[in-house]
Order: sequence, then structure tokens, then C-alpha cells
Amino acid sequence: MKKGHLFAALLGALTVVLILIGTEWPVPSAAAYAGGGGLLRSSSTPEETAANLVDEIRMQAWDKAYASLANKAQFTEDEFKRDITGYYPSLRTYATLESFEVTPLHESADEAEIRVKLHWSTVVGVSVSTRDLHMMRNGDHWEAEWPIVKEAVVPPQVIPVNYLRWDVIYRGPGDDWGIQDVEAPHVRIVDMHPVERAEGLVILGELLNEDVVPANVSVTATLLSKSQSPIATEGSFDKISHLLLPKQVTPFLIEFSNVTLSQVGSVRMVPTSSLVSASADPVIEIEDQQLNPAPGASLTGQLINQSGQIVNVAHVLGTFYDKTGQVVWVADEYIDRALLPQTPIPFEIHIPQDLASQVSSQRTVVATYSSGGSQ
Amino acid sequence: MIVRWALLLGGLVVAMAQLAHAAGGSMGLPKTIEAGSSFSIQTPGSGNASLYIIGIGQVLKRDVQLGQIVFFAAGSLFNAGHYLAVLAGDSSTETESFDVVPANKPSNLSFLAKPSRLPVGQPDGISGAVYVFDAYHNLISVPTPVSFELSSPSGTIQKRAAIAREGAAWAQMDSTALQGMDEFVVRAGDISSARVVGQVPGDPCGLKMTARQSGQQAVLVTDAVRDCNGNAVLDGTIVTFTETYNGSQSTIDEPLKHGIAQVTISAHNGAMFSVACGVAMGNQIRWEK
Repeated sequence: MKKGHLFAALLGALTVVLILIGTEWPVPSAAAYAGGGGLLRSSSTPEETAANLVDEIRMQAWDKAYASLANKAQFTEDEFKRDITGYYPSLRTYATLESFEVTPLHESADEAEIRVKLHWSTVVGVSVSTRDLHMMRNGDHWEAEWPIVKEAVVPPQVIPVNYLRWDVIYRGPGDDWGIQDVEAPHVRIVDMHPVERAEGLVILGELLNEDVVPANVSVTATLLSKSQSPIATEGSFDKISHLLLPKQVTPFLIEFSNVTLSQVGSVRMVPTSSLVSASADPVIEIEDQQLNPAPGASLTGQLINQSGQIVNVAHVLGTFYDKTGQVVWVADEYIDRALLPQTPIPFEIHIPQDLASQVSSQRTVVATYSSGGSQ
Repeated sequence: MIVRWALLLGGLVVAMAQLAHAAGGSMGLPKTIEAGSSFSIQTPGSGNASLYIIGIGQVLKRDVQLGQIVFFAAGSLFNAGHYLAVLAGDSSTETESFDVVPANKPSNLSFLAKPSRLPVGQPDGISGAVYVFDAYHNLISVPTPVSFELSSPSGTIQKRAAIAREGAAWAQMDSTALQGMDEFVVRAGDISSARVVGQVPGDPCGLKMTARQSGQQAVLVTDAVRDCNGNAVLDGTIVTFTETYNGSQSTIDEPLKHGIAQVTISAHNGAMFSVACGVAMGNQIRWEK
């Protein structure tokens, strides 16, 4: 009993001591988030200046960040903020800057080039963007020039859109039970291929909507052991384009962590589809698709929104084939900027280093979301 | 000893007589009654009693004068099944059982036609199953002739005759070459039920595009996209245009509009344009300015 009291007293005393230490000598980031001044390091080096700027961006201290820039005469604070958060609602609008990396590219006595890699936390995972800052010495400190990317202005115009839209009327509760409901769209898996990776087993494939109506699709895979007992079941989650218009094909990727191919006797694939209201608009052109070899193998290209409405979120899915036409990998990237009409937006999908040499061709599809309706 | 044997035999005779009285139809009940028809029960004996008719989901009770006939109007018993008639008097209770059977005349059809939509030219692609009911929705269990008839947009009619056994019959039909709406009708007696089945175009066949210059760009237009039976593929179907040049590729997924798909794409000298729709590949065009 006495030991218990002693332990409690010790814990209490330790807590008080830690509170005192934390108050007297706070961690800079904690002090900054508590509103007790910035995280600011000295600006005596280009790296510190860049880090200070990004810290202010992270804390959304737009006025301080803007005030510290060397080229602020070229744009307004609002344009600076919109350049970072997006001019139109997009993934970036609701993202927070999780972390960053500062890399010096070049440095002289009065000028320097610094690359900042920004890791944004978005609703669909981490999104990385890179900016190269030109740094200039100003007396005893350094200042950054922000490489502003002004949003292209779409001239006022009317873009007539007369694409199809499908609406669905389902069977009513008062209908006779013999009356058939609207038929679910017919979809078919046209390719399926298991790939063993370090992190586990991956099922790759492609799904075709062979019907004449739009389909909301997903794919579930169940791994069966050699004795036909189930090992695990997983779905494609967001590694698929869920909305398929008639005759459209989507790749899919299903991950099973900690499973090896040798454990698997067979795979049971279950594609599911349901009829949904949908629109054939917007049409996205995927331009200049280029397979870039290793190191840093990737698929790059540009998206061009050919329609009149703004696309808030675009999801690019790349299917990679070997010389025999077999799927060897599926990868994706979310575009964190809104797609404005007729305005190219670049994308880059990374290909695993060890698979890059097998890739011979690719096919890219884009799934889009516009606020005000799922597309 | 003789007396004991006489008592034993006498007891057995009395017991058997009571058993026969209980089970042997002293109420004068028919063994089967058609659902919804009127019937009567002749009650034996004298005095007051209560008559209970107990069946699936239905119980009737009548206070009766024993020795009289109890009438049940048409529609009193309408659920097919096994029933129990219990006559409970002051001193004794009699029980008899009987069956209510479905009427033989079809009055309702439940018709399931599948699928509601299918591509043209599918042998045995359309199936219809019918359940035949009487006026009180009892499944008619006696063999009942039914006929299926599928009228396609081309005017051809497919007919199948079948016998509904235990209330059910089915048939399979082919989807024909012409897209449109089929009328699928089933008849039993003088009643019928109809469903609509949509025949939709199949995969595109002979997909072909042409290219023309428009300023610095190329306009790619497909011919009217049709399936192998000549049906126009429906608007909204995705056609994929691909341009390949210098190891680079551009693609556009364009939905059909008014039967054709058209895109405007950056034109590069020496580029190869190709077109596809689903699993159907179209022609290729090399672009030379």
C-alpha cells in the first residue's frame, strides 16, 4: 500500500517537472502550433529560408509566407495562396502539408536553387508535389522567389454539351413479384494475372462492361488454398475505375499482404456490377503518354478536359503490358488539381523498378469526379 | 375364463366402433373440397355443439345443432391445404380431416422473363418461367397446358407449348437478329401475362474511321458503328481513339453520338491513328501531311 502511494507521488512529481520543462523550453514546432511565434529558424542559409517558408505554408500563415518572398510584386497574396491550395475545389483544397524535404540543387555566394518536396496528406493518401525555389541573398539573410504557376484563364464562352445521360427507374414496391427489375449490367473479366511481390500477392486484371448501359463495378478476389479452403478475400477498393460506360475497360489491382503464390491453389474472382445513373460527359483526352525507362520508370502524360464543366478530382489508372500483351502491373495517380476545360494537366505514374524492363506497352484510363454529381 | 375373454372382445369391439366413429366420416365430410366452393357438413347426433374448421392460417367456428346440416358459402375456405374439422359437443368430440385443393381453372399467372435485356442473336438466350394460380392464388397442382409466345421486332414469332406441372412451366427462346423490344407472352386457359425483353446490339463489327485535317489538328470520325447484324450500336458506347507517334501515345475515350464518334486530336506527321470499341478493333490510319 505504501509502495503504491510512493509510486503515485513520484509520477505526480515527474509530471509537474515535465510540464515546467515544456513551458520553459518548448519544442519549436509545439510553440509554433500553440501560437507562440513561428518555427522560424534563422534565414542565414538558403535551406533554412526555404524550410521557414514551407513551415509557414504548413501553418497556413499565408501573410507571413507571402511577406517573406522576394518576388511578391509579381502576384498577390491571394494568387500565392490559390497556387498552393488550388483555384477550384480539388484534392489539394482539403489537404494538409504533412512533411517536406529541402534539397539544395545549386548554391553560390548570392544565389541558390533549392528543391522542396511537399508531402500533402489528402483524403486518398499522400500526394507529393515538387517546387524549385530560386533563392537570393539580401544583406545578411536569404529570400525565396516563389515559382508561381498562375491558373490558366478560360475565356468566357458557351460549350454546348449534348452527351447521353442514363437515368434508371427501378421496380416499385407495389409491383407484382414476377415483374422483372432492370437488369444489372453485364460485365466480364477479360484478363487476370497474379503477381508475387515482396509485400505479398497482387491480382491484376481488366474488366469490361460489355453491356449497353453504365455500370458501377468492383472486383473481389478470394484466394483458395490447394485444399480449396479460403485463405483471404480482398476487394479492388480504389485501384479500379468504378464507373464503366458501355464497352469501357478498367484495370484492377487487388493486394493480399503476407500471402505467397505457393500457398495459393486457385483464385475465385467475383466481379459485381450495378446499374447507375451516369453521364457520358466529361470526356478527358490523355495526351502525350510516354513510357519513361528506369531509373525512375514512369508513365507521363497530360490530361485535357474536353468538356465545359470543371473536373474536381481525376484518377488516372495505367495498365502496363509485356510484349505478349499480358498485364504486368497496374498503377494509379490522383490529380490534386481541378481540371479546367481545355487546360492540360500533367500526370506521372510510377512503375516499380523491377517491373519496368518488362513493360512494353500501356493503356491509360481516367475516372473523374465533379462536385454536384458523380461522373 | 370365458367371461374374461368375452369382456376383452367386447371392449375391443366398442373401442374399434368409437375409432371408426371418430375417423370414419360420421360428419359426412367430403375428402376434398375445391378452394372457394361451397360445401356442407351433416352433423350426427343431437344437442348443441361447436364446429371448428382449422387450416393453414384460417379457423372457422360455428355453433351448431347436432343432427342438422351446416352450410358453408362459396369463398369460406380458399387456402389450399390440409384441414381439420372438430365437432365439440357436451359429451363427445369428433374429428375429421379433409383437403382443400386448388381450383383447376387458371386465374392468375406469375411470369418471370429473364433477362430483361440481352444482345441480338443469342440462342436460348431468353427464358420464361410461369407459375399458374387459381382465383385465390393457390398454385394449381394438376397438369395445366400453357403456351409461350415471343414476338420480335422483325415480326417473327416463336411459340412453345408446355404443361405446367405442380403449377410451374418454362420455356427458352432465341433472341433474333434485329434490335428492339420483344413482347413475351404466356397464356393459360383464357388468361395471359406479358413481359418486355430488350434486344440490344452486339459488339461492333467492321469498325472503321476516317481522318481529315482541321488546322493543326486531325479530326477522326468513325463510320456509323454497327454490330455484325447491322444494328446501330447504341449512343453512349465508348469508342477509344489512339494516336501513336515517336513512342508517345494519346488516347481519347469518346462516347458514340448519333451513331458515330468523332474527336479532334493533335496531328503529328507520321502518327498512327487507331480505333477500338470494347474488344473490337477498328482500322488504322497513318497520318502524313
